[in-house]
Amino acid sequence: MNVKKMIASIALAAGTSVISSVVLAAETIKVGVLHSLSGTMAISETTLKDTVLMMVDEQNRKGGLLGKKLEAVVVDPASDWPLFAEKARELLTKEEVDVIFGCWTSVSRKSVLPVVEELNGLMFYPVQYEGEESSKNVFYTGASPNQQAIPAVDYLMSDLEVERWVLAGTDYVYPRTTNKILEAYLKAAGVAEEDIMISYTPFGHSDWQGIVSDIKKFGGAGKKTAVVSTINGDANVPFYKELGNQGVSSEDIPVVAFSVGEEELSGIDTGPLVGHLAAWNYFQGIDSEANEYFVEQWKAFIGDEKRVTNDPMEATYIGFNMWAKAVEKAGTTEVDAVEQAMIGIEFPNLTGGIAKMNKNHHLSKPVFIGEIQDDGQFEVVWETDGVVAGDAWSDFLPGSKDLIADWTAPIKCGNYNTKSKACSGQVQ
Amino acid sequence: MNALLHKLWSVAIVLLLLPTGSPLAQSEPAGISADSVLQQLPGASLKKTGELIGQLEQAGGAEMRPLFEVMLAGELYFVKESKQIIAITKTERRTYIGRDVFGKAALGEFTSREIKKIRVNNRLRSQLRETLARIDLLHGSKLAQKQAVLAMLDDLNDKNMRLLTTAQQSGVDGEVARLIDLAAAMVQLRDSRVSEERLEAIGVMSGQLEPAVRNQLQRLVNDAQEQDLAVRAAAQKALDKISERIEFFGQLEQLFFGLSLGSVLLLAAIGLAITFGVMGVINMAHGEMIMLGAYTTYVIQQLFPGAIAYSLLIAVPAAFLVSGSVGVLIERGVIRHLQGRPLETILATFGISLILQQAVRSIFSPLNMQVVTPSWMSGSLVINPVFSVTYNRLYILLFALAIFAALVVVLKKSSLGLNVRAVSQNRDMAKAMGVRTEMVDAMTFGLGSGIAGVAGVALSQLTNVGPNLGQSYIIDSFMVVVFGGVGNLLGTLVGGFSLGVANKFLEPSMGAVLANIIVLVGLILFIQKRPKGLFPQRGRAAE
Repeated sequence: MNVKKMIASIALAAGTSVISSVVLAAETIKVGVLHSLSGTMAISETTLKDTVLMMVDEQNRKGGLLGKKLEAVVVDPASDWPLFAEKARELLTKEEVDVIFGCWTSVSRKSVLPVVEELNGLMFYPVQYEGEESSKNVFYTGASPNQQAIPAVDYLMSDLEVERWVLAGTDYVYPRTTNKILEAYLKAAGVAEEDIMISYTPFGHSDWQGIVSDIKKFGGAGKKTAVVSTINGDANVPFYKELGNQGVSSEDIPVVAFSVGEEELSGIDTGPLVGHLAAWNYFQGIDSEANEYFVEQWKAFIGDEKRVTNDPMEATYIGFNMWAKAVEKAGTTEVDAVEQAMIGIEFPNLTGGIAKMNKNHHLSKPVFIGEIQDDGQFEVVWETDGVVAGDAWSDFLPGSKDLIADWTAPIKCGNYNTKSKACSGQVQ
Repeated sequence: MNALLHKLWSVAIVLLLLPTGSPLAQSEPAGISADSVLQQLPGASLKKTGELIGQLEQAGGAEMRPLFEVMLAGELYFVKESKQIIAITKTERRTYIGRDVFGKAALGEFTSREIKKIRVNNRLRSQLRETLARIDLLHGSKLAQKQAVLAMLDDLNDKNMRLLTTAQQSGVDGEVARLIDLAAAMVQLRDSRVSEERLEAIGVMSGQLEPAVRNQLQRLVNDAQEQDLAVRAAAQKALDKISERIEFFGQLEQLFFGLSLGSVLLLAAIGLAITFGVMGVINMAHGEMIMLGAYTTYVIQQLFPGAIAYSLLIAVPAAFLVSGSVGVLIERGVIRHLQGRPLETILATFGISLILQQAVRSIFSPLNMQVVTPSWMSGSLVINPVFSVTYNRLYILLFALAIFAALVVVLKKSSLGLNVRAVSQNRDMAKAMGVRTEMVDAMTFGLGSGIAGVAGVALSQLTNVGPNLGQSYIIDSFMVVVFGGVGNLLGTLVGGFSLGVANKFLEPSMGAVLANIIVLVGLILFIQKRPKGLFPQRGRAAE
């Protein structure tokens, strides 16, 4: 099976290696786009490629940057993690791009990381992830666990008075780390060991009967129970279906998901999902002028009235605009200068309020909890007061409690130990 | 704060309504008319809506049932201009058909800009459900009454108890009466201080499977304050009895899960049992035949959007024809030229599987397609509070067995079956006897592929319909066929079910990931020991 996938992706990659852009001005600023256009992740990542292209278009219409036109260079890493590293190298050495927007899964980011650090590139990563990382060469515009998972649990605990917890996830690094953080957080909040149930399933799992039945039994003990789901991708559909079939309603046992957004809901039967929750920093349904404009612009750009927007798109939007602002501020696209200019840059969120880039290369953003509606959109039922600063290193894990990331002088370190006052990783 | 806001609201409404001389506004909460409350619904906050529901129940009672029901279904809207409250049905073409909430009068079509939804969230939904339960207890059908009592078991306050008593006096029977007695016993155990009464209550509760009963007994046993040792011992005994029954039904449930997974494996493998088992062709595109069947279901549903309930019945023969004819094409076009060259066949069919996947990506898009589950396949058959069987799994289990039986009949009783068996046992001899082996090969391959397509119809109800659907079943299919014994249909049946059951019995203790691995390792060891599977073919046919 794996061999099969690999052969398929290599074949595809060879076919579509470089789709370079059309207009080549005398001198342009090159924007690399490193998102999978084929393979399993293509469903999610193609959207982000289009978002970057739309942003580039828009910037060019405004007159480009520093008097130069922007030029997008699109490559296809084909959902193949090692290929991400190769393509990143190609972008930085052969195409000599000034910035990269890319990656979705954590494993692809980890694959690219050594390359951008070695070649001193600049990358924007737009997806929620498990944290425990901060690189000088990467800006993380998606949510870290304290901007998504922790507020969601807070909401369940305070508003829905949940006392028993099921942490269900797909078996890979993001759910495992997030659940480790959540488990520590819940225990610190006084939840007993026997009130936490943890369950992992393989990618693309479709037979949920046993697990849903276990959840039902676990939830039947007289205490309010909720499921915190880090189940990834299309495994969610049979999961929610099974919940519906076994009669578990969102009022009895609500499921709050971190990987289910508008894009994932489009094109599936949302009937069984209505009332379940998702935590994000952005929902398409949030009323604001900027958001309305963005949604319209997106539909027009893609030429499809039914297309939806989602959280990683907003993260891409903020990341791109911040980069543009930082380039103007620095007066150059040179990585070290832009990197320093980025810190402290502010840009309005699509949902209102101002996002700010912090010293640890993570954003301050608001957090929303939405209830799934039958039209595949979300109804916001709760939001944080103001913005939450993204935490690179979790405060709830023993190994990373004392670590911070600070890329300003004098620390300039991605994993600085506040106790021993030492930096134990990449130094500038 | 709430009360204050509430007052302000009422005042504001009084002020608004006064000039028109409306008689609706009244200061006494008990005398509020339902109409005046209804007028506050448009645009109310979620919290406010909750209060309004309470007032509506007080003012309108059972008359408000249709409103609550429409609201629970998320179909309650209001017209932006007139603030009129209406029920909306959304159609396939994203238009909005309005109707009166209380009558059935149609109010015509609306656009999404003219109307706004009255929002509900989980909290409101459970409030609505409780409200409906209270109404249904006195006025609803038997099923509604039963659900109403069950909902109240978790919260046996005085108000609910009064309702239950009223219901009992107004005459209920059977299951509902039993549940009300149970509720009375639970209250008795909780409130009484007399040992005998409490023991009697425990006697009623003993062996009952409702979670509320178990939780109350558990709390009593764990309660350090409880002085009455006889009561505690009786509670413990009752609890043990309940646990025993739960354990039994738990095993039963596990067995059903196993059989259900087994039926999926059987469905996926049964077509392969023919192409691989009988013809000996290693068809790597088998998974894609399943996928084509699933996409056929999707297309059928798109073609007949009004007949979702029958779509699966239409899809079964359609999928058989689609996958079957693709199978015949593959056999005629590729496989027959590669007879006796298994390696080339693997590569060629693997290539075909990639082509089919990409074709589906180009025609339908790489996204998963939405296949609707007909209502008769949703929900579950509740046997008792701890054991229920979901309809979709149950039907698929029966369907798999039916397909299997049909296939056995075709192979054993029809002339095609006779020819197939003849060719697979001795091709040259069959040819010499006048069997058109070429024709038989094509038909057999078509039959196997067609069955795979039919399996796809069933799988479209369980999993995502996308280009990768087939890949996730191809390994399992080969596993089942090899385990059962190549060339033996009965082996495929037993193999599928035993792998399914083994997997599901391992899952609770091992987790889903490890259970898969252990089954696979076990299978490898088994094949080492018995390379020909569970039911090896014997005699000359084996060679």
